[in-house]
Amino acid sequence: MAMRRYDLRHYPSFKAVTLFCLFVLYAPLLVVTAYSFNASASITNWEGVSLRWYVEVFTGAESEKFKSAARNSFVIALIAATVSTAMATFAATALLRGGRFRLRMLSFGLISLPLMVPEIVTAVATLIFFNALGVERGLLTILLAHIAFCIPFAYLPISARMQGIEATYEQAAMDLYATRAKAFTRVLLPLMMPGILSGWLLAFIVSLDDFIITNFVKGAGVETLPTAIFGAVKQGIKPNIMAISTMLLGVSVVMVTLSWLISQRDTTK
Amino acid sequence: MAGGGQTSGASQSDSFAPVRYWLLLPSWLTLLVLVLAPVSMMALYSFLTKEFRGGVVWDFTLAAYDQFFFDRGLFGDEPPKLQWTYISIFWRSIWQAGLATLMSLLIGFPTAYFIATRPEKQRALWVFLITIPYWVNLLIRTVSMKFLLREQGPLNDFLLSTGLLSEPLAIVNTNFAVQLGLFYSYLPFMVLPIYAAVERYNFTLSEAAADLYATRWVILRRIILPSVKPGIIAGCILVFVPSLGSFLAPDLLGGAKNFMIGSLIEEQFKGNAGNWPFGAAASMILLTMVMLILMIFAHQQAKGGK
Repeated sequence: MAMRRYDLRHYPSFKAVTLFCLFVLYAPLLVVTAYSFNASASITNWEGVSLRWYVEVFTGAESEKFKSAARNSFVIALIAATVSTAMATFAATALLRGGRFRLRMLSFGLISLPLMVPEIVTAVATLIFFNALGVERGLLTILLAHIAFCIPFAYLPISARMQGIEATYEQAAMDLYATRAKAFTRVLLPLMMPGILSGWLLAFIVSLDDFIITNFVKGAGVETLPTAIFGAVKQGIKPNIMAISTMLLGVSVVMVTLSWLISQRDTTK
Repeated sequence: MAGGGQTSGASQSDSFAPVRYWLLLPSWLTLLVLVLAPVSMMALYSFLTKEFRGGVVWDFTLAAYDQFFFDRGLFGDEPPKLQWTYISIFWRSIWQAGLATLMSLLIGFPTAYFIATRPEKQRALWVFLITIPYWVNLLIRTVSMKFLLREQGPLNDFLLSTGLLSEPLAIVNTNFAVQLGLFYSYLPFMVLPIYAAVERYNFTLSEAAADLYATRWVILRRIILPSVKPGIIAGCILVFVPSLGSFLAPDLLGGAKNFMIGSLIEEQFKGNAGNWPFGAAASMILLTMVMLILMIFAHQQAKGGK
């Protein structure tokens, strides 16, 4: 350990800052998780561990509202993630396996557009657009908006994965008289699967978590989980909201962990 | 920016060249129709006349932008005076986003540096730990922050019970709470690019400097910091830009006094009271600011790459 002092890469206080950073990132989430198990009806006093707020979420007075919001959220996230991942997979194939062509750089720009435009601006623009076209706001408008902004999130892991796959695989398949479609579905697609899965999971979380755009393009009376939570929080933070938040938090953490494990596994081979 | 501008050998392949436009068609259509067209429509709307019930009349006018910068009295017939209401909201947003960026940098740099100097096998796990909270719903994170910071919240309870404080701190509904919220929202964006830059840094440079009797901190300031500057700038932009237009942190943690651009825009589209052309104009101004920052950044990166 005496060597450590002479290790030039080592700065004494940086480890403490890192631990502080992790503490700041996790403390609020852990506190809310802990308090969601509080037996007390008040959010300030701790009265022991109980699952009563979780029961309340599923059977309480507001349970219908939250159940339908949850259903909307999951259905939209499922469809939006699947459609945007398919589009992103095709786009990555064209951009990374389609040679050089004129629209290539422009396509990169277009795909990253939802990441560059501030979310509130996209939200306003989408609202104005649907309104000008006379499209009635509801689940469909939410879904369409989600598909569009999920594309770059799905695209990033897919293209990262594809960059690591040598073109010789599909070339060999085509030399052996596989059609282009066969070479894609039988050779390239299985090799890309970890990237595609990870992209799908990220797109799913991004859709599930979106508040700002959804809040603008949802019709009156249509809620997703985040908009329902926001509406409830405006009246004050209640224990049942903490239980819902903890469950949603759990879903996100599980999905990100899956996405990470998938991407970790394929770098080791 | 979606990665792939610089391509390696493998990606120059053209096995799918004949069908490339068909493969691109779905995403092009979706993004053109659902992002580019709406933004163009919004630009158009910012030049239209407001209708009383939240819609627009198709009369072209600069009224929305005029209202943003000038005050012409109640009936619009007085000589224009520069009006500070909206400019000061934008200025506050820039200030808040700037301070949040500074806080992220002060915490994020040592963190990124520490992670980048871990043994290679541990790094992925550290990076993963930093990114998990980003994928947790921003609304839930902001609400959690509010829960933690509020007057009868766990933080105050803790500080009071240790005797560090005799009265609870009123943090919620202050500018500081908004900065904390923004810092908390986007901190991982600061850590990741700096981490990537430090990982590429060649530590033999530090050794060379140490041989010439530079101290650790001189090495940090004079050699490491300049070498990883592109990563630091990228991190600052990735924190600053989303902070500037954020809605949840100022709305939930700041209260009515600490209004930022996001809330100003949101208000124009809520119910029938709003002013759509004005909201569109404010969005256009925000979008222009963000695009300018990104362009300057891209220009700098292109210059630095040579």
